[in-house]
Amino acid sequence: MAIPKTLGIETEFGIWHRGTDESNHIAASSLLINAYLYELSGSGGAKPKVGWDFEDESPANDARGYTPLDALPPEVETHLVNAVLTNGARYYVDHAHPELSTPECADALSVVRFDKSAELIVQRSMNAARKILPPGQELVVYKNNSDGKGNSYGCHENYLMDRHTPFGRIVTHATAHFVSRQIFTGAGKVGTEAHGLTAADVPFQLTQRADFFEEEVGLETTLKRPIINTRDEPHADPQKYRRLHVIVGDANLSEVATFLKVGTTAFVLTMVEDDFLPRDFVLAAPVQALRQVSYDLTLGLPLRLADGTTVTALDMQWELYEQARKYADERGTENVGGDVALAVLDRWESVLGVLEDDPMKLSDQIDWVAKYHLVTAYRERHGIGWDDARLQAIDLQYHDMRPDKSLFKRLPMQRLVDDDAVRSGTYDPPVDTRAYFRGECLRRWPDDIVAANWDSLVFDIGVEPLRRVPMMEPLRGTKAHVGALFDSCRTPAELLDRLSS
Amino acid sequence: MAEREQVRKPAPARREEEVTEAPATSDSAEKIKAELDDLLDEIDEVLESNAEDFVKSYIQKGGE
Repeated sequence: MAIPKTLGIETEFGIWHRGTDESNHIAASSLLINAYLYELSGSGGAKPKVGWDFEDESPANDARGYTPLDALPPEVETHLVNAVLTNGARYYVDHAHPELSTPECADALSVVRFDKSAELIVQRSMNAARKILPPGQELVVYKNNSDGKGNSYGCHENYLMDRHTPFGRIVTHATAHFVSRQIFTGAGKVGTEAHGLTAADVPFQLTQRADFFEEEVGLETTLKRPIINTRDEPHADPQKYRRLHVIVGDANLSEVATFLKVGTTAFVLTMVEDDFLPRDFVLAAPVQALRQVSYDLTLGLPLRLADGTTVTALDMQWELYEQARKYADERGTENVGGDVALAVLDRWESVLGVLEDDPMKLSDQIDWVAKYHLVTAYRERHGIGWDDARLQAIDLQYHDMRPDKSLFKRLPMQRLVDDDAVRSGTYDPPVDTRAYFRGECLRRWPDDIVAANWDSLVFDIGVEPLRRVPMMEPLRGTKAHVGALFDSCRTPAELLDRLSS
Repeated sequence: MAEREQVRKPAPARREEEVTEAPATSDSAEKIKAELDDLLDEIDEVLESNAEDFVKSYIQKGGE
């Protein structure tokens, strides 16, 4: 049975310490985040000194119920900077990257807002770091997924699902969606980083990430990356919920692209929970298909299915869209974000229509089209080949988080959220998920909370023992649930008393 | 391709609706083209001065 899709995005950013010969990405990432936290504490705002609580981290658990002997589960790093913000987000160093996880959101538009708030937090962090660093040095952050030399870092999506949905059914339909949705989720890339291929073979492709996927299903995220990641870590009641951890997508700058990436996937997963989809698109070779779609700018390439027939990515998306429209008509939208889901359907339909007609008309909506537009126009003006470094420079600089250097910022892209909402999203949590409870507690009582994570808060109110407040239900702790409670409690001790009574 | 026929396209009414609702994609195409010329001028100004060095220097560790 379908459940409401609680959603979120975790973005690993590229980072470069300019003006030095040393390149310690971990130190640079720590400096970036600490500079931001330091500045927040000086501005009179709530000090996000609260550490992350690793109690519920178990990235080695496999959704298939076993851990293959050759699997290399990711290590949890507990010693690096790891902050929880008053908007309910987590800002931390992961491997050698600054990473920001949005708070839990209840619909795709909310995800877009907090994803843009994350960009603003990163911009403020760069400014804060500039004040600390010696003259001539700066930390520059890129929201992309590859350095162009074969090193990739991810933008992961998370979707709360019903634990009882058979995992195999999720694998079948989600794989088809992840392969075909690239036609509107791709952030675009000049050239290729796949072994044995050069810019002559692939001058430009739809996605940043397709080059890096080698498996269909698996637990790894750093090696032999799989299209379906099986990390089984619900950060919620494990009897009821599963969190589908999606690692295959690109980091998007376009709001429309993020909106569609998350909104369409929420629909597909909800239809999977209700076993609503009449037809399985079982690809004969999913890993190969992922790249074929990414390399095919015509969007017309037939993909082989296991039953011997073929289908294009665009046709797969049309069918998924049609089923989603039917699902909304017949069963409503309460599990896919309410009215926002209707906007997802309208946008999905209009974007597929334009992709079919002339993809280049989407240069103000879709990242890969915007970037392709830019590099092809630049090539024509200067009469240069696809291997010219300036095109790769444009590719990188499209993702530059400095507003004065960002090429994306110079494009007339359509917006879905306004600047005020993005600004307030850097400190206010969403009101309609448990992130509200987390964020409000941190804002009100930062000195009384010793640790926080996705599904609990630990208070120290001066009396032994420490008190852990579990938050195992992602849709409890909303403003509607606890807004009045906060207003009636002046101290955390009062809050804890009321919660336990 | 046989598969194409199996894919149900949106009903005509819905498609028309889309034309009126979609934010002037085709209208803005010309405008975007004109703006692109200005943008290309701007890119020449703002693009990292030594593209080759810039691209070479941007090295990351794998993540996730």
